[in-house]
Order: sequence, then structure tokens, then C-alpha cells
Amino acid sequence: MRKSDRRDMGKVGRQGKRRKAGYWSSGRSSRNIWRYIIRRLLLLIPVLFGITFLSFAVIQLAGSDAVLQKADAAGLTLSQEVIEAQRAELGLDRPFLIQYLSWLGDFLRGDLGVSYVTGNDVFSTFVSRLPATLLLTGMAVLLTVAVSVPLGILAAVRQNRFTDYLIRVSSFIGNSLPNFLVAIILMYLFSIRFPVFPVVSDGAGLKSAVLPAVTLAIAMSSKYVRQVRAAVLDELGQEYVLGEKARGIRFSATLWKSVMRACLVTILTLLALSVGSLLGGTAVVETIFMWDGVGKLAADAIQMRDYPLIQAYVVWMAVIYVGINLVTDILYHILDPRIRLGGEEV
Amino acid sequence: MKGIRNNRIKAKLILFSVLVLLLLLAAAFAGQISPYNPNQQNYEIALDPPSASHPFGTDRYGRDMLSRVLAGGRTSIFSALALTAVITVTGTAVGVICGYCGKVIDAVLMRIADICLAFPGLVSALAIAAVLNGGTVNAVIALAVVSWPKYARIARSRTLAVKSSDYIAAAYLAGDKPMQIIFRHILPNIAGQVLVTAVLDIGTMMMEIAALSFLGLGAKPPAAEWGSMISEGRSMFQLYPWLVLAPGLGIFVSVMLFNLLGDTVRDYMDPHSRQRG
Repeated sequence: MRKSDRRDMGKVGRQGKRRKAGYWSSGRSSRNIWRYIIRRLLLLIPVLFGITFLSFAVIQLAGSDAVLQKADAAGLTLSQEVIEAQRAELGLDRPFLIQYLSWLGDFLRGDLGVSYVTGNDVFSTFVSRLPATLLLTGMAVLLTVAVSVPLGILAAVRQNRFTDYLIRVSSFIGNSLPNFLVAIILMYLFSIRFPVFPVVSDGAGLKSAVLPAVTLAIAMSSKYVRQVRAAVLDELGQEYVLGEKARGIRFSATLWKSVMRACLVTILTLLALSVGSLLGGTAVVETIFMWDGVGKLAADAIQMRDYPLIQAYVVWMAVIYVGINLVTDILYHILDPRIRLGGEEV
Repeated sequence: MKGIRNNRIKAKLILFSVLVLLLLLAAAFAGQISPYNPNQQNYEIALDPPSASHPFGTDRYGRDMLSRVLAGGRTSIFSALALTAVITVTGTAVGVICGYCGKVIDAVLMRIADICLAFPGLVSALAIAAVLNGGTVNAVIALAVVSWPKYARIARSRTLAVKSSDYIAAAYLAGDKPMQIIFRHILPNIAGQVLVTAVLDIGTMMMEIAALSFLGLGAKPPAAEWGSMISEGRSMFQLYPWLVLAPGLGIFVSVMLFNLLGDTVRDYMDPHSRQRG
């Protein structure tokens, strides 16, 4: 059996289940990739409509509108006539679909309304907080890769020995700890007992980013060590590894050149998957560490029932997430043409 | 050699099932086995460290932490189980229908699933929980909305794989109605993988419910719930660490047990992962 037939590394899902390999794409692969990209972009249109529609509808479901919200925030009780008049002025008495379309139009122009609480423009508030979250996410992803890839490989190479057990047990423990608990314990250890890092962030400094990034990375690394290990073990069990050994190629060369290359797709998938859970996880971690990113912005907005901000957060996070997934899927096809082009995801 | 391995996995399966069962019993009968009333305030013993009469100490209202952890376990564990059950059943139903019917139904339902999947998990759960005004039931609903598509995808792809087998064609030729084919031939064949995914998910779901409660969107005080207990004790962690560590231990132990059970069930059902050891 040929090396490449056996090496049907595909998408790795949460349980490390391998995806079935698709057909070989022959010489037309580059054209296929363009066709694939266009197809995916077209498929994105209904999804984007759905995202915006759901975000809009969910906030409508809250049963409260801008007029009541503003009155609440200002501590006013308005008479029914004033409420009706203001609703008419803001266009809130129009049918639901019309309101959605006008909201969508504003959204596409980058106008997401103003915050009920502060009166600031929602879009610029969101954009000004985004870099802090991206810095945190980026650091967490780097840390995760730096920890889980070497440890995963180490565990696979030393399978069923002490090192392997130690790594697996640690990853199991890390997997069973919710990130807010990890955050509190880290904060206690490194800010109060041994004051290495600040308790709450003092601006977007790198030093204050360390603890929140480590918190996020612990949960993710614990998950991904196991998947990297499984992927490398699968790969080490392939016949070409034995073949290279028989040809007298050093194990380290096999590991780094052949095995690692084959595992690249897996690692890439892990990165993409991690971004999604990270974006959600930042809301909790940023709140605990008072990190001024969009996660804390959203958590605060939720406490204050500041619906335009919540809406902006949800829509933008979903758009970012969909964009990252798209880029990842396209990268797979460039890295591994055997993944069936245009096929349904498993 | 293979037999020994199988026996070990069986032994592990029994061990973890028994432990999980004990956990469930402890949570179910929290009211009966807890030494004190979890909501009974007693300011004379407020913030007492762990002692013989209060093994986990007391909180700032003098409530017994052990009793509160047990009561919180009931909320946390059973809401996680309910959530997992809801998303498993909904997701599987949608997935099987999509896989079996194909065409327009498949396209429409799977696009809806895609849209739900597009929202990163906790992000939209946060928003939905906020709109629904918190509460444990609403936290469960919020997480269910964002979690079912995973099951729909698994069930759909398995259904597609099973549907093309000869025995389905045979059943069809023998005059079985679609419902009979789905319930008799498709569901039993995809149940294994769905079950494994579900058991592996319980721990994650428990942590996500706790995270929502931690942010004030889950259980409402004075009801005990692990996430909200940790949130309450956070500001006093430095001086009274048991306020955080007791519910933290509760989450840790139960998530760990469910994860261990999930891994073992997977090893038991899936010989491929068994070989990897």
C-alpha cells in the first residue's frame, strides 16, 4: 500500500475522528480550488443573512425596545402617548421585516446604533476594544501551539511510558477544570501569593495579558494535547514509518519530515477550532481579569441589558468566526487536495 | 492479549458507571443526605473554616458549604444531563430526517444548522441567556440552541453512510415504511456514535452552564449552583479559599467522572481508539 493512500489525514473533529478521504483531484486541482472558494463564498450569503436575522430577531424577542430601554436607563416613566410617538419617530412601529432590512442596511454601512447606557457609537466602541481581544486570543493560540504540539508528539513517541501517562493525566485534569476556576486560582497564585503579574490589567500591556492568555491556553492545550497525540500515533502506525526505518533513515528525520508534515492539517484544524471556543471563552476570562476587550464589553453590556452592544458583539463575533472557518477550509484544500472538493463536511 | 484489554475496559466501564451513578444519587438525594439546610443562615458561624461539623466550612451568611455544594450539584448535574438529552434528541432527529429525506428538507435544515454553528458557542449562549433574563432553565435553552447542530451533523453523516447499505434497500423492497426503516434500521446503527458523543459532552455542558451562572446568567441566588457559588466567593478567595474551592471541587470531580466515563464508553464502542491505547 502506498504511503499517500494510507495517509488520508482529513479533518479532525472533536473526538479525533478521521474524515474519510475523498477522491483524488488530478491535474485540475488549482481550477477546482477557485471553484471551491467561489462556491463557499456563495454559500456564505445565506449564512450571513441568517446570522444577522437571528441576531436581530433574538434582541426583538427580549420584549423591550429602544424607547423603553432609554426610559429605563434614564429612570423615566413615560406615558403611552410619548412612547408611541417616540416609537414612530424611531420607526419601531413598522413591520418586523422592514425593521430588519433597515437595520441590515445600517449594519452594512457600519452603523450599529448607539449604546443605551453610554450613548456612544456602538461600532466604534466595538472596534476600539477589538485589538485587546485579538492580542489575547493570539497569545493564547501561540501558547496552545507551543505547549500542545511538543507535548502531544512527546506523548505519542513515548506511548504507554511514564512521560505519556504524566502528560495524559495532566491534560485530563486541565480538561475538567472550568476556565473561570483556573483564572481565580492563577490570579491567587501569581498576583497575590507571588506578585509576578498584576491582579487586574493596567492597559493592554503584555504583562497583564500573560495570566488571561495562560488561562485560555490551559483549557485548550489540555484538549489538543490528546488530539495531537492521537494524530501522531495514527501516523506512526503507518507502514511508511516502518519502511523508512528499514531503509535506515533516522527516526528523528522520519518524525520531523514525514510525520509532522502529515500532521500539519490536524494542527491547523485545531487552531481554527480553537479560535471559536476562544472567542466565547474570552468573555469569561476578560471579565475576571478586567481585560478591556470585546468579551468584557459584551459581559458588561449583558449586565446592563445594553442590547445594541450585545447585538453588535454577537453579529461581529459570528462574522469573524465564519470568516476564520472559511479561510481554514480553503487552506485544507491547498494543503491536502485529497479532501473532497466541494463535498459536504462530516 | 486482546481479551485482557477488553476485560480491563469492561472493568473500567463498570467502575466509572458505578461512580457516576453514586454521583447522580448524591445529587438526587441532596436534600436527604446533606447535614444542614443549604439556605439556612446563621451569622454566628459565618465564614467558619472547615471543621468537623462543617467539613467544607461556611459562607458569609453562615450557610453550610457542604450542604450547598450538594444542593448545587443537583442543579448543575441535572441541568447538564437535561441539556445533553435535549440536544442529543433534537440534533439526532434533525440529522436523521436530513440524511433520510435529502433534497429540500436537508438543504433547509442544514443551512439552519450552519447558521447556529456560525455563532461561537458561549458567545450566543450569553446573548440568548441575556435576552431570556437568566435562570437555569433559560441557560439550558440558550446552550441547547447553539449545541444541537453538532449532533445533527453526526447523525446526518452516519445516516447517509447507513442509508446506502444493502440491507436498507432490502428493507425498502420488503415494503418497510420510512418510519420503520428509520426506527428499526437506521437509529440502532447510529445510536452508538451519538451516545459516545453525548456522554463525552456532559462534562463540557456542565462547565458551560457553570460559566453562564458564573457570569450571573444561570441560577439565581439564593439557589445554590456551582458556577454562581464560585462567583459569590471570588472576592473573598484570598481570606476564605473554601468558598471557591468547595464548589470548584464539585465541578472538577463531576466533570472528571463524566469525562472518564465518556472516554471509557468510547473505547468500549470503538475498537479503533482502543488500539491506540
